[in-house]
Amino acid sequence: MLRHLLDMRALDADTITTVLDTAEAFGDLAARPIKKVPTLRGRTVCNLFFEDSTRTRVSFEIAAKRLSADVLNFSAKGSSVSKGESLKDTALTLQAMGVDAIVVRHHASGAARQLTRWVDAKVLNAGDGGHQHPTQALLDLFTIRQHFGRLEGLHVAVVGDVLHSRVARSVVQGLQTMSAGVTLVGPPTLLPMSADAWDAEISHDLDPVLGKADVVYLLRVQRERMREQFIPSIREYARLWGLDRRRLGELADHAVIMHPGPMNRGVELTADVADAPNTLIAQQVTNGVAVRMSCLYLMLGGEQREQPAAGDGRSDLSAVARR
Amino acid sequence: MSSARAPVSGAQSSGARVVLDADAIRRAVLRMAHQILERHAGAAGLLLMGIHSRGVPLARRLARDAAEIEQVEVPTGTLDVALYRDDYAQIGPRPLARTHFPVDAQGMTVILVDDVLFTGRTARAAMEAVIDQGRPAAIELAVLVDRGHRELPIRADYVGKNLPTALHESVRVRLAEHDGVDAVAIEPARRRS
Repeated sequence: MLRHLLDMRALDADTITTVLDTAEAFGDLAARPIKKVPTLRGRTVCNLFFEDSTRTRVSFEIAAKRLSADVLNFSAKGSSVSKGESLKDTALTLQAMGVDAIVVRHHASGAARQLTRWVDAKVLNAGDGGHQHPTQALLDLFTIRQHFGRLEGLHVAVVGDVLHSRVARSVVQGLQTMSAGVTLVGPPTLLPMSADAWDAEISHDLDPVLGKADVVYLLRVQRERMREQFIPSIREYARLWGLDRRRLGELADHAVIMHPGPMNRGVELTADVADAPNTLIAQQVTNGVAVRMSCLYLMLGGEQREQPAAGDGRSDLSAVARR
Repeated sequence: MSSARAPVSGAQSSGARVVLDADAIRRAVLRMAHQILERHAGAAGLLLMGIHSRGVPLARRLARDAAEIEQVEVPTGTLDVALYRDDYAQIGPRPLARTHFPVDAQGMTVILVDDVLFTGRTARAAMEAVIDQGRPAAIELAVLVDRGHRELPIRADYVGKNLPTALHESVRVRLAEHDGVDAVAIEPARRRS
């Protein structure tokens, strides 16, 4: 059903629902003594990571292994990439080795889509620059649906560094596709110029939003991506946009707190709020495995790899790999 | 599974031949419940696992009949075998349903329940799915209809009705819980799954 998973905008409500429903069945596997099924036996999944990541890579690795796929981990550090190999040549090398799926994280927006032009393998975007992180959005939608039993009509406040956040782009699009309401909250410097076009409410003040939110979704302050002075100081950010005990008290009784991780305790939220009973942060991590299993299961079955037409401009290397 | 889910064009599709009506299905299930209790001298250590989708209501009916016959409660669960099928690479992903073991399969006699036994591939997948949950003492197979054409060395222990069919025919089982009516019909459909 899915050829590649690049961008949440490409997924309609039916597709998202199928991914989430399938993930529910995979969630049961974690409770079994043998947490593995033979479905992807003989398939090879490559984790191609050009940026540091622990939870996403490990989550994909566990997901693929529980489906009995073989997993290759390829990180830019300590690989031929650090010797100057381009994304294209790396991709063609993997292609020549016959991988069935490539999970790619890259610092450049659009890297995952570019990869699909070079390889026959299914491509799953695990984060491309400031663009998209669709499996994060899907696991967040899954976690919200699991908690509330629905997505439609819920109101989600997405707080913080929207500008640098691929997670925000994916999550907001996914929520809107599933008919949930979104308010973007943050200082003007950390909201994208185009935020008006996001079809979301915008608030530069956190407090008035708290009472009406079903979910408060805190974004990580991405200091590593900030090349200018976007906020006066981390302390001021924490005071104005951080979730502390007082603000926790302003939330509706049923409201929950989410964070895509890794979180900066004392910045986006205080340490005691991070451990409050109404956070779903641990469930998000748990659900990540089931959702990624769902994506791999839905993408890797069916017709064996398509044979591209001759003369499509692919290198000889990839043609050899297909024989 | 198999041919049971072939074309769903409706009951009156031309050439359909009803081979079991509601009463016949009721009697067949009741007889199988008797046979299960007879063979095991009661229901101790038995676990009924209905294979999605129409094995699930059949397993519940067997449990209900067993309860009426001997006032015993047989634990009854649901089994989805999609992740264990051997045609994932050819057919692709199928929708997943919930697998639920009401008790640990370890040491139990697991009776797999399905509507139609055809190639045997679903039963093979189901055996693997059960064994992944623990090592059962034994696995048996109960089916409402055995239509023949096995592709694997598998046979049923309890059969509601042996139904000789041609390969190009399709056996359609309808059960009230899913389809609003109880009936088994042979249809001259061409599709084989």
